[in-house]
Amino acid sequence: MADNITFHFDVHGDNFSSAGEASQLVKKKLRQLGFTPDVIRRVSIAMYEGEINMVIHADGGAADVTVTDEDIIIVLADRGPGIPDVELAMQEGYSTAREHIRSLGFGAGMGLPNMKKYTDTMTIDTEIGVGTTITMTVKHKA
Amino acid sequence: MKTELVMNKLSLKLLAGEVPEDFEGVYAGDFLSRAMSRVSEGDLWITIMNNINVIAVASLADAAAVILAEGVTMDKATLDAADAKGVTVFTCDSTVYEICRDIASVLS
Repeated sequence: MADNITFHFDVHGDNFSSAGEASQLVKKKLRQLGFTPDVIRRVSIAMYEGEINMVIHADGGAADVTVTDEDIIIVLADRGPGIPDVELAMQEGYSTAREHIRSLGFGAGMGLPNMKKYTDTMTIDTEIGVGTTITMTVKHKA
Repeated sequence: MKTELVMNKLSLKLLAGEVPEDFEGVYAGDFLSRAMSRVSEGDLWITIMNNINVIAVASLADAAAVILAEGVTMDKATLDAADAKGVTVFTCDSTVYEICRDIASVLS
């Protein structure tokens, strides 16, 4: 049995120019590892949305990706303000992004819904004033 | 082949990357999260958004090309990023509606 492969990225806050870099690197790595386009796409979308959320709402954070024999596990941890109402935040179209963020094309209120849609499992651990950790898995074994 | 027909019909101007031989489908829209989940591999993505995040989304979604409508362009740093990531960017004077209409007419 092969050892797990792990990737770690620091996601920098308030830097929209480099937002998405971690997702793109992970995508490249998964391609090199020979995953199917569907798996790569699902991981890329989920991770990009998570990365953007950390930039918009939490002044950055850390992204850790682990590739096991069965899953790709993405853990996004930030020390942002926390999510007061997770159920509300999960609704399509609900966004608290500010106007200048929206003018960049973000804030559609599709970030968390997309993350849930494209992954097999997603859990949100959040505490007001402490931060949020989102763990997602994408199964790559049929 | 298909791309060439569309390029001629719409007088597309290449800003970055290489002209793709073909494309699969078409998506038009400006919200990045929606584009992210709607643009499939090999699709054309028509938008008026021109910031660097468009390049990240197009790259992650494996879009065949981005078509900027209404004569919108991108600054040099953004186009350099597109070239570096292998993202093709065109600009076109037509509106989003006109671009969709003309692509549909070329395909029919």
